[in-house]
Amino acid sequence: MALLTFERVGLSYGGDNVAHDVSFSVNGGEFWGIVGENGSGKTTLMKALLGLIPCASGRIVMGEGLKPNEIGYLPQSSAIQKDFPASVYEVVLSGTIGYRGLRPFYGRKERELAERNMELLGVSELKKHSYQELSGGQQQRVLLCRALCATKKLLVLDEPTTGLDPVVTGEFYRLLHTINERGMTIVMVSHDVEEAVRDCSHILHLSCHPLFCGTAADYRKSPVGRKYLAEETL
Amino acid sequence: MMQFGSIASIFSDPYMTSILLRAVTVGVLVSLCASLLGVTLVLKRYSMIGDGLSHVGFGALAIATALNLGSASMAVSLPIVLIAAFLLMGLTEKRRMAGDAAIAVLSTGAIAIGTLLFRFSKNQYADICNSLFGTASMSTLSGLDLVVTVAVSVLVLGLFVLFYTRIFTVTFDETFAKATGVRVNVYHLLLAGLTAVTVVIGMKMVGAIMVSGLIIFPALSAMRVCKRFSAVVLTSAALSLVCFFAGFFLSLLLDAQPGPAIITVHVLAFLVCWLIGAVRARVRTNRSRRIVVEPPCKFTE
Repeated sequence: MALLTFERVGLSYGGDNVAHDVSFSVNGGEFWGIVGENGSGKTTLMKALLGLIPCASGRIVMGEGLKPNEIGYLPQSSAIQKDFPASVYEVVLSGTIGYRGLRPFYGRKERELAERNMELLGVSELKKHSYQELSGGQQQRVLLCRALCATKKLLVLDEPTTGLDPVVTGEFYRLLHTINERGMTIVMVSHDVEEAVRDCSHILHLSCHPLFCGTAADYRKSPVGRKYLAEETL
Repeated sequence: MMQFGSIASIFSDPYMTSILLRAVTVGVLVSLCASLLGVTLVLKRYSMIGDGLSHVGFGALAIATALNLGSASMAVSLPIVLIAAFLLMGLTEKRRMAGDAAIAVLSTGAIAIGTLLFRFSKNQYADICNSLFGTASMSTLSGLDLVVTVAVSVLVLGLFVLFYTRIFTVTFDETFAKATGVRVNVYHLLLAGLTAVTVVIGMKMVGAIMVSGLIIFPALSAMRVCKRFSAVVLTSAALSLVCFFAGFFLSLLLDAQPGPAIITVHVLAFLVCWLIGAVRARVRTNRSRRIVVEPPCKFTE
């Protein structure tokens, strides 16, 4: 059974239908890019996947023992975080909150998990630094680290490279590939089709309903893919 | 102006010492509660909620006075302010009304109704003055007030410590917290409730107008000098205690109301912290400027 199956999912946002008839399934270890223009429903789809909003119709089925609160989520940075006093360690550790159940404080297991993930993403030396004083790329790494702490199976990323320069973006994608190769499934929402096709294994192109759904290699050859990739390079 | 001699006489009089002890107990507890909640409220951009609720508290005090329930005023104001807090959170959460507009409506409404109701009290102006600016000597704290204050603050402090890590997660990133299964709405309601009760117990000490200062100042000052959440929380609590004692002593010295004295010390502490923060930032940029080597050649053609 697939890790994640969308069965004829329809979504509405503020009373408007933003997507209908979305069916696809994500298997363990795949790296999906959900692309589409603004208002194509990709962000709403992601919110439904995270359980932040309900599906208007259809359903999302989780397999392989994945629980709704065990998805590692990397949201777009909010205005509050710009001047939030928090150390990198405090931010990363907060990712483990879902495992804690009713216990009020973090235990050794949670601290070790945080340490291990900081090591993996190369942010260990920033541990005691203040989050607000980091560069955009470093902040994004720290938030990715927090997301990794929250999950064992599935990462969901929302436009993770917005506002990063090309060099830092490249580094970030290399990091994602490393994580993906270790068996982590990734679903990434992106407005940058070119980037997604280069880095993802599978593509879902949304425009209220799926225009394309399949591997990235097939997407390049498809009429939709050819059209959008040509437009982007113009 | 009171002389040092008269302060000494306060301490030697057993009746006055018991009043002082009461005032200090209430002051310490209220300062701790307000400073801890303040960190989250300021960071979540909820600073004005404390302010709005304090005005509702003023209205509630008026109701208590009109009903001739002066000594049990907290029993009247606690439920009223709590209801107002939940209403405020509910209204803004469901986006039925913009948060700042809801607060403005609630506070001006409560002030208007409250001032009208004070017409029914025997010494109208003294009562209004006490509700707005805090009691003149804190000697009007009734035994019931003391019990309620201690019970409420132990509850606030206990819940804050128990939920500390979740409060951090929700404050730092609401969406992430929701996605990992934290019931964010529950925490908003908890926060609103704790703020409401803190406002009610704090109002006795510094008055309705200034109680939000007790909540906001320590957090703001701490954020100027600390960059870690845990450090901000601890510094905020420590600052709040120091400012309370300094302000309370100042009020005895000047024979003034404690409320304005305490908040004045908070203002001074904020200025000092702001200065320290500014100097540190300056030193840091200077240091990093020295490390940075010549920037690479600019585009020349």
